[in-house]
Order: sequence, then structure tokens, then C-alpha cells
Amino acid sequence: MRWLSKLSMQIKMLFGRTQEDTRLADELEFHIEQQIAENVAAGMSAEEARHAALRIFGNPTLLREQARETWSWNWLDRLAHDLRQGIRTLTRTPGFAALAVLVMALGIGANVALLTVIRSVLMKPLPFKDADRLVRLFEADSKGRFQDNIVAGGTFGRWKQDSHSFEDMAVVKRTVYNLSGTSGQLPELMDAYFTSSSFFAMLGVQPVIGRSFTRAEDRPEGSATVVLAWGLWKRRFGGSPGILGKTILLDSKPYTVIGVLPAWFSYPDPKVQLWTALYHEKSPEMMQMFAAHNFDVVARLKPGISIAQATADLNSVQRQIRVQNPEGAVNDAVNIRPMLDAEVRDVKTGLYVVFAATGCLLLIACLNITNLLVARAAARRRETAIRAALGGSMARLVREQVIESLLLSIAGGGVGLLFAEFILQWLVSARDDIPRADAIHMDWMVLLAALGVVLVCGLFSGIVPAISSGHRKILTSLNESSRSHSGGQKSARLRQVLLALEVGLTVVLLVGAGLLIKSYRQLRSVNLGCATRNVLSVDINLPKINYNTAEKRVLFYEQLVERVRQLPGVRGVGVSTVLPGQGMRRNDTFNIPERPPLPQGQVLVASTSFVDPEYFHAMQIPLLQGRFLQPDERMERAQSVVVNQAFVRQYFPAENPIGKHIVASVIGNDESYEIVGVAGDSLEDLDHAAVAMIYYPLYAGSERSTVLAVRTASNPDAVAIPIQKIVADLDRDLPVANILTMDQILGQSTQNQSFDATLLLAFAVLSLVLAGVGLFGVLSYIVAQRTTEIGIRIALGAPREQVMKLMLVRGLKPALFGLIFGVAASFGLARYIESLLYGVHPFDPLVLLVVCCLLLVVASIACAVPAWRASQLDPIEALRAE
Amino acid sequence: MVCVDNHGMGKPSDLVQGTLDLLILKTLSLEAKHGWAIAKRIQQVSGEVLQVQQGSLYPALHRLEQQGWIKAKWAESETGRQAKFYSLTAAGRKQLESETANWNRLSEAINIVVQEA
Repeated sequence: MRWLSKLSMQIKMLFGRTQEDTRLADELEFHIEQQIAENVAAGMSAEEARHAALRIFGNPTLLREQARETWSWNWLDRLAHDLRQGIRTLTRTPGFAALAVLVMALGIGANVALLTVIRSVLMKPLPFKDADRLVRLFEADSKGRFQDNIVAGGTFGRWKQDSHSFEDMAVVKRTVYNLSGTSGQLPELMDAYFTSSSFFAMLGVQPVIGRSFTRAEDRPEGSATVVLAWGLWKRRFGGSPGILGKTILLDSKPYTVIGVLPAWFSYPDPKVQLWTALYHEKSPEMMQMFAAHNFDVVARLKPGISIAQATADLNSVQRQIRVQNPEGAVNDAVNIRPMLDAEVRDVKTGLYVVFAATGCLLLIACLNITNLLVARAAARRRETAIRAALGGSMARLVREQVIESLLLSIAGGGVGLLFAEFILQWLVSARDDIPRADAIHMDWMVLLAALGVVLVCGLFSGIVPAISSGHRKILTSLNESSRSHSGGQKSARLRQVLLALEVGLTVVLLVGAGLLIKSYRQLRSVNLGCATRNVLSVDINLPKINYNTAEKRVLFYEQLVERVRQLPGVRGVGVSTVLPGQGMRRNDTFNIPERPPLPQGQVLVASTSFVDPEYFHAMQIPLLQGRFLQPDERMERAQSVVVNQAFVRQYFPAENPIGKHIVASVIGNDESYEIVGVAGDSLEDLDHAAVAMIYYPLYAGSERSTVLAVRTASNPDAVAIPIQKIVADLDRDLPVANILTMDQILGQSTQNQSFDATLLLAFAVLSLVLAGVGLFGVLSYIVAQRTTEIGIRIALGAPREQVMKLMLVRGLKPALFGLIFGVAASFGLARYIESLLYGVHPFDPLVLLVVCCLLLVVASIACAVPAWRASQLDPIEALRAE
Repeated sequence: MVCVDNHGMGKPSDLVQGTLDLLILKTLSLEAKHGWAIAKRIQQVSGEVLQVQQGSLYPALHRLEQQGWIKAKWAESETGRQAKFYSLTAAGRKQLESETANWNRLSEAINIVVQEA
């Protein structure tokens, strides 16, 4: 039972400490009283008796301390004492404490936020059953020219049939539906996906109500069905279970609702509102083709099969396909990526670079606080030396220092967590292009990591100054600090090393930010080859049912263009299937009948765009040769095409292309078109050179998904509402979507770059400020230490400029070392961000030059103030201060 | 520490650590006592040879209490004032036995060595 009494004792000692303390005092008091009583009995006077008793008893406080030493939880007592001491020390200099906490909070907050993003987006498994076996399959080129081509319908069929490594395979494709308005609701364009029937089952996703597609529904002759995302169901259908079996109109065709997906399901992003059966929606011909690359393929590996094994398996299937189809754009290899990897590939490098930058920032913050603490430790050398001389143990002194810095970093971590929450909220709203942004949440792992970071920072910035203050040489310290010249040489050197490190890291950040900014500016200053100012774009999607003939479609476009043109301020109106800067939407193979047939396996490819005759004028794309399309070339008379300069360079390098023909199957089968004109190049992507492009006639009437481009004299937003009115006038059920200016389109396509560059710049500026503060602090400290010496120098006639120079050199030395170290480190690290750069070499001399100058200027300013102050010292004052 | 008062012949010599614990446990084995009484009792029984220093007594008492060998109770002393009375616990009684046995072995051994020499 001894453990029980020990335990109750421990509890008593833990919670009844104050009470026990008074009892102890009482107990000792009783002892003294007894002694006094005895002494009185022995014949002493009361006064005498008391003195004698106390003499025998000794120092009651010491005795109390000794008794307390035996109590359990004593360490807690000591800790509480040190904490009190630490808080008291910190609150004595509230400015320093607040600054240190803020610096720490920034560093920790930014890191926690980025860690959360990286963990949520890049590392957390997809929320599906056995997600580690889910992969994305791509067509690839055996020569390695491309790795992640989307997949042709026929290819998918053969993969599914002939491969042996996969438990299941599904095909999906992004699309857009026009959901017709019912009972007073507006029509709405919906982001949607086609999917083959096994997709949801393969992911292990069960609809919350209803079911997903059956095999019978996933066929051209099956009935039209649709599965709704949770959000759409709640928003448009009031979350009523009665929706099952009801019919909704998509592109004016009836679809039966068969299921609703769970709320957590937001693959591939939360914008996707509904899902339809792919084989029902797509023509059987398309699903047989090997050269028309259209689809995303998701598969589940069989247990125990590695990606390498599966790749080998699928490669042999694909080679077979190529052998059987030697002509056309049929690939001869495959590429398999883990599904998660494929989803986040685009943002991965950028996120890691930003994370590395936040890491640098935290390190700089840590170094800065260490630096400040080293300065304080140095200022307190005399105090610590005296304490050490009086028997204060080294461990105790170090512990106090560490607790002080731990307090700072814990407070910083607390504030930093709040800060991180803000950053995350901002990040999720600012970067909706980050895949899985909805999965970004702090979890216990992140919190644990944050705690670890807090402890490491606290220990690092506490132990370094504690050790640096060198208690071992008590006498030296006492001697040294009694004369305030050249004091604390050792810690001054340590501070300079820390500073050089800090400056070096700052240089790395500055160089990184500089490269990204230059790259971004380069990207934004690329000439797109067309008008970008005052251009408004509006997406038009004509439903298949109401616009079932070429005549109806052409008529609609003609009326639309005609009426928009009459709006005030409009300078040009055109319609196209894709605008420059929107990326590659479609390419097709073609032949040139004037040429001998190509050898087997070779094809000609060009990007495909359908434009109306006014498009070139509206977008200010210049005519270089021949003529543009004519308004009367419509319907079956639409047999002319315009090509761009890149097309001529690639396919008619030494010939006049005008009058030549191309044969392509972009509308029907093998139609022939005459090349009537050559237009200037415009870019599909800002970061890619112009590619060969054929402008087919929109007025052939084949296209239903187009973009209306309107160029205006001034702010194009002014015509947005009138355009919507005109569209509603022409067709009350036609929704318009994505009303964007050209600048917004380009902004979206460069959002990544601008984001990375801006963040890195912010971090770099912050660390520049920190480094400046650090330099200022160190030199101020050195000046303060050498006040007497400087006073003597000036008194003996040293010119003040020389004193200033002496101090300036002293302060700039760590900055210079840091600069050299930083530039060297940048050389080593720059290649890691090479993939993020556009038109900028990782060792861009201009960026390096600007960074060096900037750093030297900031360092000079930071050092000039204390150096100038030193040169202005009054020698009499300085010597009297001794 | 417990000091042996060797009648003014130089400094009192310190006793082995742990001896005080034994003395306290033994003293408490008869009845509950407060600190002052424990010190007095040891002094009297040893014929004024052993002097218990307050500087050792109270830390020792508190240590034994933390160990669970003795327990304390506040009660009225003979002078009518509240005092802290210590008494042995069951564990303390066992501890006393084993420490007594230890002490006997040790003192015998020392005796033999001293006699021989």
C-alpha cells in the first residue's frame, strides 16, 4: 500500500503546495518556540532565550528551502520560478519581446500555412478507397518527346481489354452542359464530366441517394441519365430526395436523375456539378479512334503490381496498337503516374519553392532572434559572471536563457498559428486553381510539426547565446566588463557569423524572387500577336437541340455579330472557337493534296480554330498575304481557310501557300479547303512559341461552342450588359458565361507565376528588413562596446571621418561575407527553379547585379547610422561614461 | 547530520548518512512525536551524545514522509499549541526492521575491525 500513500502524497504536494508551505513554516516556528520555552525554563530572560534559540536553529529560510528540496514536484517549482523569471526579464524590455514574437510569428505562421498546403494538396492521399493503387494513364512517345498525352477512345478500349495489370479502368472527360431553367430559374452553364460506368465504383464512392450508372446506361442506345454533385442538388433542387427519377434538361435534352454524390466528393474540383455516362454521350466512332486524343483515363492497379510492371504491360498493348495503325497520330508508348501525382503536377514545384522560401524566412527570423539574444547575453556578462562566481550553476544559467527564448518562440508560435489560419483562408480564396484546395486544413500532424518547429527555434536561439556568453572564464569576464573597451570580442564574432548567414539567406531569397519576377514580366510582355487591350470575351454555347442545323447556327452568329457591332463604342466583333492565350483547345491532322503521299506513320498536324470573317479585324491579327474569309463564304460555300505564319514556316517554307489545298476531317470526312490567306502569328500560350494553325470557316456552321470577342474604344466592361441583353433577345434560354477581358484571360494563365513571384518577393523584402535590423543592431552594439576606445581615439586627434570609416567597414564585413555566401548558394539552388522560369537564365546577371546593389545599399544604410553616431561621439562624454 | 558530541574534544564528527533516518524511524516506533520531541528524545536516549541538527532533521522528516515511511498529523501538543506529529506507517515499520538489521551488521563489522586493530 506504500505506492498508494506515495501517490496521495504526490497529489497533495501538487495541489496543496501553498498550504504545505505555510505548514512547514508553522512546524519550524513550533520548534523555535519549544527551544525558547526550554531556554526560559533554564533561566534565561525572554529576549536572551529567543536569541539563543535562533542561534542554535540557524537560518530558518535556508532550512525551509532544504526541507522543500525533498518534496516531490520540485522540478515543477523550479520551472515555475524560471518561467516567472523569464517573463519578468522579457517584460522589462517589452519592445524587444514584441518584436521578437512578431518576427517568430511571421516565420512560423508562413511555414505552418505552407506546410498545411503541401500536406493537404501534395501529400494527403486522395479520399478514395486504397488510393495508393489509383493511377492516371497517359499516352506517350517512345522517343520521349511527350509524356502526358490524353488518350484516344479506341486506345482506352484496347487498354481495358488487353492489359492484365489493372483491376479496373475508367475514362472521363470534362465538358459543359446548359442546364435549362425550370419554374422561373435562369438557365445555367454547368461544369460537368462524362464518365464510364465503373468510375465511381472503382474509386469506392457510393452515391448518398440513388445509384451510379449501369453498364446498360453507358451505351449509345441506353437511356439518358445524370448523377448530380451534392452542391447542385442542394442549390437547385432543394436537397429533396424526390429528385430521383425526375427529368432535367441538359442542352435541351431530357436526362433522368439517378443519383446524388456525397458532399465530400469534389473530384477533380468542386466546380464540377454533374456527371453523365460517357459512352452514351460520345459517338461509337469516336470511341473506336486511335488518333483522336480526347480522354482522361483513371485506373486501379491490381494489388502487388508496381507502376513499372503495369507500364511494361500497357506499353506492349500500345506498341501493338501502333503496329496495327501505322498511320495517323497514334502513339507507341504509355506513361503511368500515381493519380495524386498527376493531379498536382502543375503546382508542385511552385509550392515547394515557396515552402523553401518560408523555410529560409524562418531560419532568418531565428538567426535574428539569436542575434538579439546574443547581444543581450553579452550585455549581461557582468551579471552572469557575478552569479557564476557566487555559485550559480552553469546549467541553471543556460536553462534561464533557453527558457527565455522558448517563451519567445512559444508566444511567436501561438500568434503564428493564428497568422497561418489567415494565410490559409486568403490562399484558398486567392488560388482557386490549386487542385484539392477544398482539402486544405490544418491537422494534428501540422500542429505537431509546428510544435516541433517552435521547440527547435526556441532551443536554437537560446542555447547559442547561452553558450556564447562563456561563463567558464568568470574572472576574464569580470575584468573585461569592468573596462568597457573591446568587450565581448567572442560574442561579437559569433554575431557577425550569424549575420553573414542571415544576409546570405536573404540574398538567396532575393535572387529567387528576382528571377521569378523577371520571368513573370517577360511572360506578360510577350506579344500575343493580337489586340489585348479593351477586348471582352463571352463564351457562347448553343444547345444541340435548338441549333440542330448548320443554317440555324450560322444565322445566330451572323445576327449576334451584326447587333453587337451596332453597340456604341464597339470597334470590332468576331467569333472564334478559341482566343489567343487560352491554350491549345484542339488540333487535327491534315494532308496537302498537292504533295506526294506521306510515308507510313507520318502525319501533318496543326491547331484548329473556327473563325468568322470579322475575327481577324476584331482581334487585329494582321493579314500578311492573300485575303481573309469573306462573309458570303457560308454553309456549303465555306471552302476557304486562312493559315498563320508558323504554318507557312513549317509546311510551305519555300513555296507560296496561297491557292494550295488542305484535306482534313474537321467537320465531315476529308473535305478539301483552299488556302486563301496568311495571317500573323498569335500565341496559344504565353510561354510557348507560335504553332502552326489553320483558321477554318465558322460559317460552315459546324461549331456550337464559341467565344465572342468584342474590341471597344474604351473600357470593355461597359458593353458586357448590353451584350447579355442582345443574347437574351436572340434566345431567351441561352446562358452566357465567362465574361472576361483579354487581360483577365492572360492574368489567369499567368496566375501561377505571378503568385509565386509575389510571395517570394514579399518574403525576400521581409528578410531584407530583418537583415538590415540585424546589421544595425550588431554595429550599434559594437559602437556601444567601444565607446571609450573611440573617445580616446577622437581625443587623441583621429579625424571623425576615419572613425566613421573604421566602424562602417566593421559593420559591412559580415554583409560582404554574407553576400558572397548568398551568391554562391544561389548558383547552387537556382537550377531547382529553372522549370518555373520563362525566358530567364537561372544565372541572370541583371538579377544578380540588382540583388547585390540592393543588398549593399540596405546594408550601408543600416550601418551608416551607428557609424555616424560613433564619429559624432563627444570624447569627454565618452570617457566620463566609464 | 547527526553529530556526536565528543565532550569538547575538537569538532563533532559526522555520522554516516542514513543513520539519521534509522534513528528517526526507531524513535517513532513507540509513539507519534513532533520534530522537537524527536530531536530531544534522540539526545536523551543517547545520553546527550547524539545531537540532531535542525538543518538535517526537518529535511529528513519531509523526505521520509515523501517516501511514505512516516505520516504526519496535526494535533495539539503538550503546551496546547498545534504541532505536526509524525508516526510510522506499515511500510515504515518494515523499513525500520530492514534498516535495523543493516545497522547491526554494519556496526558488528566495524566493531570487529576496530577490536582487531
